[in-house]
Amino acid sequence: MENPPVAESSTLPEPVNFETHPDQYRHWSLEVEGDRARLTLAVQEEAGLRPGYVLKLNSYDLGVDVELNDAIRRLRFEHPQVRVVTITGGLDRCFCAGANIMMLRSSPHGFKVNFCKFTNETRCQLEDASAHSGFRFLSAVNGACAGGGYELALACDRIVLVDDRSSTVSFPETPLLGVLPGTGGLTRLVDKRKVRRDLADVFSTTAEGIKGKRALRWGLVDALAPLSKFEEEVRRHEEELKAETPDKSDRSGIVLSALEPTESGDTVRYRHVTLTLDPEARTARVLVEAPADAACPADGEAARALGDTWWIFRAFREIEDALLRLRINRPDIGLVLLETKGDIATVLAADQLMESQQSHWFVHEVRNFIKIVLKRLDLTAKSLFAIVGEGSCFGGTLLELALAADRIYAINDPDVEVRMAVSSLNGGAYPMANGLTRLQTRFLGTPDQTKRVLGESSPFDIDTAEDLGLTTSAPDSIDWEDELRVAIEERVSFSPDALTGMEANLRFAGPETLETKIFGRLTAWQNWIFQRPNAVGKRGALSCYGTPNRPELDYQRT
Amino acid sequence: MAINYSEKIPNNVDLSSDKRLQRALERWQPAYIQWWKETGPSDFNDADVYLRTAVSVDREGWAQFGHVKMPDYRWGIFLAERDKDRTIPFGDHAGEPVWQEVPGEYRNALRRLIVTQADTEPASVEQQRLLGHTAPSLYDMRNLFQVNVEEGRHLWAMVYLLHSYFGKDGREEAEELLERRSGNPDHPRILTTFNEPVEDWLSFFCFTTFTDRDGKYQLLALAESGFDPLARTCRFMLTEEAHHMFVGQTGINRVIKRTIEVMNEHPGHDVREYGAIPLEMIQKWVNRWSSSSLDLFGAEISSNASTFFAEGLKGRAYEEKKYEDHKALDEAYEIDVWTGERITKEEVPLRNAMNEVLRTDYIEDNRRQVEVWNKTLERAGVDFRMEYPHRRFNRKIGMYANGHFDPQGNPVSAEEWNANKALWLPTPEDEAYVKSLMVKVHEPGKIAGWIAPPSKGINGQPFDFEYVKL
Ligand SMILES: [Fe+2]
Ligand SMILES: [Fe+2]
Repeated sequence: MENPPVAESSTLPEPVNFETHPDQYRHWSLEVEGDRARLTLAVQEEAGLRPGYVLKLNSYDLGVDVELNDAIRRLRFEHPQVRVVTITGGLDRCFCAGANIMMLRSSPHGFKVNFCKFTNETRCQLEDASAHSGFRFLSAVNGACAGGGYELALACDRIVLVDDRSSTVSFPETPLLGVLPGTGGLTRLVDKRKVRRDLADVFSTTAEGIKGKRALRWGLVDALAPLSKFEEEVRRHEEELKAETPDKSDRSGIVLSALEPTESGDTVRYRHVTLTLDPEARTARVLVEAPADAACPADGEAARALGDTWWIFRAFREIEDALLRLRINRPDIGLVLLETKGDIATVLAADQLMESQQSHWFVHEVRNFIKIVLKRLDLTAKSLFAIVGEGSCFGGTLLELALAADRIYAINDPDVEVRMAVSSLNGGAYPMANGLTRLQTRFLGTPDQTKRVLGESSPFDIDTAEDLGLTTSAPDSIDWEDELRVAIEERVSFSPDALTGMEANLRFAGPETLETKIFGRLTAWQNWIFQRPNAVGKRGALSCYGTPNRPELDYQRT
Repeated sequence: MAINYSEKIPNNVDLSSDKRLQRALERWQPAYIQWWKETGPSDFNDADVYLRTAVSVDREGWAQFGHVKMPDYRWGIFLAERDKDRTIPFGDHAGEPVWQEVPGEYRNALRRLIVTQADTEPASVEQQRLLGHTAPSLYDMRNLFQVNVEEGRHLWAMVYLLHSYFGKDGREEAEELLERRSGNPDHPRILTTFNEPVEDWLSFFCFTTFTDRDGKYQLLALAESGFDPLARTCRFMLTEEAHHMFVGQTGINRVIKRTIEVMNEHPGHDVREYGAIPLEMIQKWVNRWSSSSLDLFGAEISSNASTFFAEGLKGRAYEEKKYEDHKALDEAYEIDVWTGERITKEEVPLRNAMNEVLRTDYIEDNRRQVEVWNKTLERAGVDFRMEYPHRRFNRKIGMYANGHFDPQGNPVSAEEWNANKALWLPTPEDEAYVKSLMVKVHEPGKIAGWIAPPSKGINGQPFDFEYVKL
């Protein structure tokens, strides 16, 4: 963390592109060898997303994490036979120094939060691949491992630390920067690794970190390996982890080709999704279209043969890309209108296949992927309205988009034919971060209602939808346009900060999980600390780090 | 077990009534002796060496000479006298009374600074452990061992601070200082330079000239520390460091002298025919060791350096004497920045440039030393001049590590670098030649053919004195 100070810039000059490919990686390299893969981090110092900071000591910015996100995705779809993935540092005695401090300091607040959110999601996806897709992740910590670097290690199934009597794992955020390890580090420490709270306290306030033997004793790492036998030991742990996973050698991967949407003015057009921005109204519209000509694959293998052209898979990849663009590149947009178009039967046919062929790895992976995209939607800090209008197809998997929304507006008019539908996938294929389905979360106090909804075996009209508690408001066609306009105008007039907080509170009813804690704590605490003068004020710790000035803290506790 | 501490461990820290320190040393001292016997100049454990021992910090006490077996050497703990009115000389706390105890908020940073410095002391002993076998004379062998035992004492000095001021963590760090090993693939010493083997005497003289001088500048910076025990410890260590540099500087000078003699005796011949070391070859050794020693000062622009200065932990060399503005807060410092294509000037806040400030002073000091060697050449009427290479040359740490530079500091391409490397740095053939000269001369008054005898002996003794009784 040796960078010259830079001034905060208020806007992002260049929109971030979330599509990449291993051939284009600048920081990570992905090598696959049979059932083993290796992800090596060797950050190019000068290749940050923006000018003004140097990515020293394997520190990262969003661009580095976009590559990691891509690599995990490709492992799951392109290399499904892989069973163990080793993550290691490609620089001499340096694993990863965490998020780049100068980058954080020079970023506007909203970007900081969204950056942390994205990196959190990436780490959760590591854990998801371990839990659901027969991957094991080994963190081979070959040197300095600080902050976000250790958080990355924490997301893996096993951490091996080089024991050279000087390398440490550390969380220097609190003592050095006056902020928190923002990528779920503290939560994973006590909740996942179950490190004793007082030891976690000492660890999180010791800037230089904890070395080998003690790190092992405290449960901060799982094993130590001497420098000269490091590679050998890493191999041994790989074999052990591999033994925990099923043989997947009969799986052959698909190719994920680039989405490459066409952009013109305020419209981003994908194959099945259109993102339309209305900056003046601070709204955006995400329209998902179920294709009319989509023949449903006969079985899992046929779906695999379609690969990334299978419409339901492709549509969710496009939704994800649109969401990420909205989050990072368009802080000005406050409300997203979720719309669908097409024949509800097309959606239900896809759902039917995803249910009956769920034991096929590819179908399983697609279901899982849709789950992840829906979680991103839940975590998007923008108001979400589902618009169930004429020609829409909110059924089954696409109904989840509506269920993820803060409100559902449906047109209810005898002259307008609108149907909604459920499928068995609404009953458990797409759990939220809280471990419940969106229906369960919606009807937390009335579990019977969930059963009733799931009992609807065929598409139903809006009267029924209202009765089932699926609509927030269902005006007729005379009121429809005006009611929507008023609701939208009202929504974007509220304080965006209050809305973000309110929505995050209302969306996640039900039990706490590691995941809800990670994101909840991030929103609540890190968001707050990142705003406080003790971090970002003129003499705040984050502002002063790396400058000639020492922080001057206000010692009043809140 | 009653130990007579002041007898066994000379000190001016009142060890005999310091229970905490006694308890810590009871464990550490045997481990230290074990370390010395195993990884010090172990083949000479039984030799009687004419060594200087410090038994007190006053005039008579700090330099007592006598023959002693190295494992029986009385490593002591000495701090320079305390100045009751001393105030913190620099940084945000400038002018406040110095700290006699470690301030809690700086505890970890101070420990890191002390451990990093401490780690170099035993490292150099390990690096030099086999040199006794090829000593060109008993006088040189004795000097080597004197340097070794004093580096051992420097370790003691740092361990004293860890034991006395850093509790359990400090005791653990002290133990680990004996566990890391120079060049060990599993637990190497912290800094790269201290993992490079010192296998020939030309390297030893270069090491004691350039690397020990890095030690001097680190100590000068720490001698300004607001943590008074550290400042006082380092001030006393500096008196010993001067001797190490003396060994290096006079060593190189004597090698040059011998080469000149051979040149004069056999004009027109390659001095190698007569077992001397060509001046160009000496220059290559100088290039190698001066560049690797420059790495020890760390990155050119450093937030750590800024923090250490701001907090009053590590200052500039001669902070109190040399500077007026001890806050160094509003000043800028111009640094040559390597963009990957060219050198540009950039202003950075002075505090962030503290590594570079210290490195610059160090370079000046080295230049003066090289001029002393050039005086020898000049007096002998030889045209060749030694050169101190540019700070950008052959660096492995800092921004210049990302490019190639010739010894004058000009950027060169990778091809040029590879084409000229053999002219600038020792080649395997050079090393083989120098190694071939390394034969032991263990008879009093005799000396190897590649180096001239010293102009005077140690402590008024003649050159043919039996400095080491083997
Ligand atoms: Fe020393
Ligand atoms: Fe020394």
